Amino acid sequence: MSATSWEPVIGLEIHVQLKTRTKMFCRCPVGFGAGENTQTCPVCLGFPGALPVPNRTAIEWVVKLGLALGCEIAPRAVFARKNYFYPDLPKGYQISQYDLPSCTNGKMIVTLQEGEHEVGIVRAHLEEDAAKNVHVGGRSGRIGGADYTLVDYNRGGTPLVEIVTAPDLHSAEEARSFLQLLRQTIVELGISDAEMEKGTLRVDANVSVRPAGSDELRTRTEIKNMNSFSHIGRGIEAEIARQIEAWESGGVVEQHTYDFDVSSGTLTARREKEEADDYRYFPEPDLVPVEPPEELVERLRAELPELPAARIRRIGESLDHDRAVVLVTGGLDVLWETTVAAGADAVGAANVVANQLVGAGVDPSAVDPGELAKLVGARERIPRKAFDEAIGRVGEPGFSAEPYLAQEAVSDTGSLEPVVDAILAANPAQVEQYRGGKQGLLGFFVGQVMKETKGAADARVVNDLVRAKLDGG
Amino acid sequence: MTALVDTLRLTAEDAIGLVERKEVSPAELHAAYREAIAERDGELHAYLRTVDEAEGTSIPIALKDVISTKGVETTAGSKILSGYVPVFDATVAARCRAAGLTLLGKTNTDEFAMGSSTENSAFGPSRNPWDPMLVPGGSGGGTSAAVTAGLAPWGLGSDTGGSIKQPSALCGNVGLRPTYGTVSRFGVVAFASSLDQVGPVAKTVRDVALLYSVIAGRDPADSTTVELAESVVLPDEERLAGLRIGVPRQATALDAIEPGVRAAFEAALARLEELGAEVGECELPRAFDYGIACYYLIAPAEASSNLARYDGVRYGPRSDDATYREMVERTRDEGFGDEPKRRIMLGTYALSAGYYDAYYGQAQKVRTLIMREHAAAFEQFDLLATPTSPTVAFPVGDKAADPLAMYACDLLTIPSCLAGLPGLSVPCGFSEGLPVGIQLIGPQLSENRLFRAGHALERSLGLDLVPERLR
Repeated sequence: MSATSWEPVIGLEIHVQLKTRTKMFCRCPVGFGAGENTQTCPVCLGFPGALPVPNRTAIEWVVKLGLALGCEIAPRAVFARKNYFYPDLPKGYQISQYDLPSCTNGKMIVTLQEGEHEVGIVRAHLEEDAAKNVHVGGRSGRIGGADYTLVDYNRGGTPLVEIVTAPDLHSAEEARSFLQLLRQTIVELGISDAEMEKGTLRVDANVSVRPAGSDELRTRTEIKNMNSFSHIGRGIEAEIARQIEAWESGGVVEQHTYDFDVSSGTLTARREKEEADDYRYFPEPDLVPVEPPEELVERLRAELPELPAARIRRIGESLDHDRAVVLVTGGLDVLWETTVAAGADAVGAANVVANQLVGAGVDPSAVDPGELAKLVGARERIPRKAFDEAIGRVGEPGFSAEPYLAQEAVSDTGSLEPVVDAILAANPAQVEQYRGGKQGLLGFFVGQVMKETKGAADARVVNDLVRAKLDGG
Repeated sequence: MTALVDTLRLTAEDAIGLVERKEVSPAELHAAYREAIAERDGELHAYLRTVDEAEGTSIPIALKDVISTKGVETTAGSKILSGYVPVFDATVAARCRAAGLTLLGKTNTDEFAMGSSTENSAFGPSRNPWDPMLVPGGSGGGTSAAVTAGLAPWGLGSDTGGSIKQPSALCGNVGLRPTYGTVSRFGVVAFASSLDQVGPVAKTVRDVALLYSVIAGRDPADSTTVELAESVVLPDEERLAGLRIGVPRQATALDAIEPGVRAAFEAALARLEELGAEVGECELPRAFDYGIACYYLIAPAEASSNLARYDGVRYGPRSDDATYREMVERTRDEGFGDEPKRRIMLGTYALSAGYYDAYYGQAQKVRTLIMREHAAAFEQFDLLATPTSPTVAFPVGDKAADPLAMYACDLLTIPSCLAGLPGLSVPCGFSEGLPVGIQLIGPQLSENRLFRAGHALERSLGLDLVPERLR
């Protein structure tokens, strides 16, 4: 049986740390980089008698997120206690919404090359983050076998939203596309930086495979510790391959949790616990139910901006889908639209914004679209060097494109021909390959000429010249 | 100057008068109580520790050791918190401080307020001032014994299923368990969060009302608190014309009620009628049939979770062991006494997967029924009345080995606690030379009504509540 006859079934569990000023249940500041255990108080340290008081902003933000994900907003959500022992959990329980979460039953439309795909959002709920354990000595990153464990409670009690998707994703690529769209939505709502590297966005994936066309659900495994978009892709792919291999070799897949090891790109099974977890959930008696007034929900609904998914669809119609995704999930589509409105051609503007501008590390929000539009229009006429320099500075205050537009690229074949000849003479092997049918090498020669002329040559002229020489000669 | 002060008979109200008229200074008053403690607390063990310096501008107060006091060790009667010194005041402690009250000391309690005799204190039992062979009740036996023995003009206790009212009855003073949500629990070592309530203990109903006015009202640090519907009124009525008092038939039918207690209670009802009240019978079948069972599922369930934080990681003693898990297990094994362990096990079981619906879930439904049953009774009656405790004070050691017998001490106080209702225990007579209390229960936020009725009864009965052996 070949791998193509298997269909992966993937669901995601996403944790998003909210960037509220203070923690979920106390008024300690939320933030990175402070000295260990300096952002703590009796409440987030779980001192005797300390009581939680919910953060109003966090409650508003989870509602906002729920609305953006098309969820139903619970008129009455209830915090519960999830009981277990761990040094990073000072109270011996985590406060988390359980059977009555704030948001349920939503969906997000992911536009893929092959069309629109709906991903169900089972729930989005509020909870508090655990503190940070540092296990010293022994097997890395595990409490078992460590010499000792240090705990930094600064992170403990940070508001978290957990988002659970339906198992509606069917490839690592789909999962990545969904996550990119979700991340952009969260960032634009202003509720989190959602940076995987910083741990403000964390993703666990539940993966199973089944014969294509079947609707059975086979045993799934959980993958944790994937802390970048590329790790998510690699982790899920590795697990899909492992499961297919297991089934095809007559084995079985067992329910298990795996950690993704970045350096080796492999999955390591977590040590099995002796008994199944029983968190003994019950309603948190120290808190009253969360009952957001209808006016609040309606106000938040009315305040929602046009969301990334809708913009990808709209922009994709006038541009193309892939470019629309890159622009929107990169937070570049506003600049693109205003640049086009200022007179630039759509595809040229998309390429410049998504490639050169990002490559140069320019903040898109600092760019004057009128000036950028002029550069886009002149990009093939002016010397490459002048263009690159202009792009590098287009975000500076008061930037003007005019001085760059006045420059002309070297386009007379008389001065370019000797350079072309020299480059071809210096690379006989590549010339041979090109003539043997490897047409893609054209760009290599053009690039060499541009480099030799320090970007002053007119690329279109060089292109024609190289092609004529190679084909003619 | 201290010779002026007879702490055995001085009410808080009168003590405040002495200070306001500058007849005694707060420091002199504090010293007078310290002298009384030095003289009598060796025998009673009402206090776990006392405070040397008088900081306040008014009279002293004793606080049950479940109430966090900044800079003063707070153990909740447990070894697992020995040496723990809070860095913050409980809201009620802060409000007492703000009112100028001076902390006299921290009073003994059953471990984590779990018990009805203070025998579960890890630091040894307290004794009843009427007879040191007897228990003072519990869990707030320390505060109650202190008030009766003149070792504090008043004090604060905490009540989960009867821990204020029952010791008040057994020691012969007045105790209020307020409406759930009117007094902040912030900084009060938690036993069962949906039931715990701090309340005053004093010699008179007026003192209790006064102290209630100091501590009550919404606290932003406790999400479950509310603002009082009306401000506290110090009672001075002597008549109770038209007040309708219901006596639950299922309560008075209980065999567990001692004849002497029954007689004192019935005499008190007759006195209430003489004062103008109309006394009738009411029905609370589920409250008394299922109250205890329901309580002993909900309270231990919450306790099992509330006590999880005592893991040896951040504060309190730590028993060293090879791994994190073994360290936690050993710390808890060595730190907790039998009663907390018993309740942690009960509660863990009641919340476990597969048992939750049958136990905790079912108990919550019964609790709702008990609330409704009380609400229905209050359609016909303004207040309900029962004896506070089925018995008078019992000998130390009598029930210590029999948890179920101990649990039965609270069978009259538990139902209204489950319903979140306020209850006031007022001395109403004697049986075998020991005080008997009557429990008055009102609808939510009806504290002023309880004070009026309690005050009129107290005034009319005019009992001498100083133990004979101390007179």
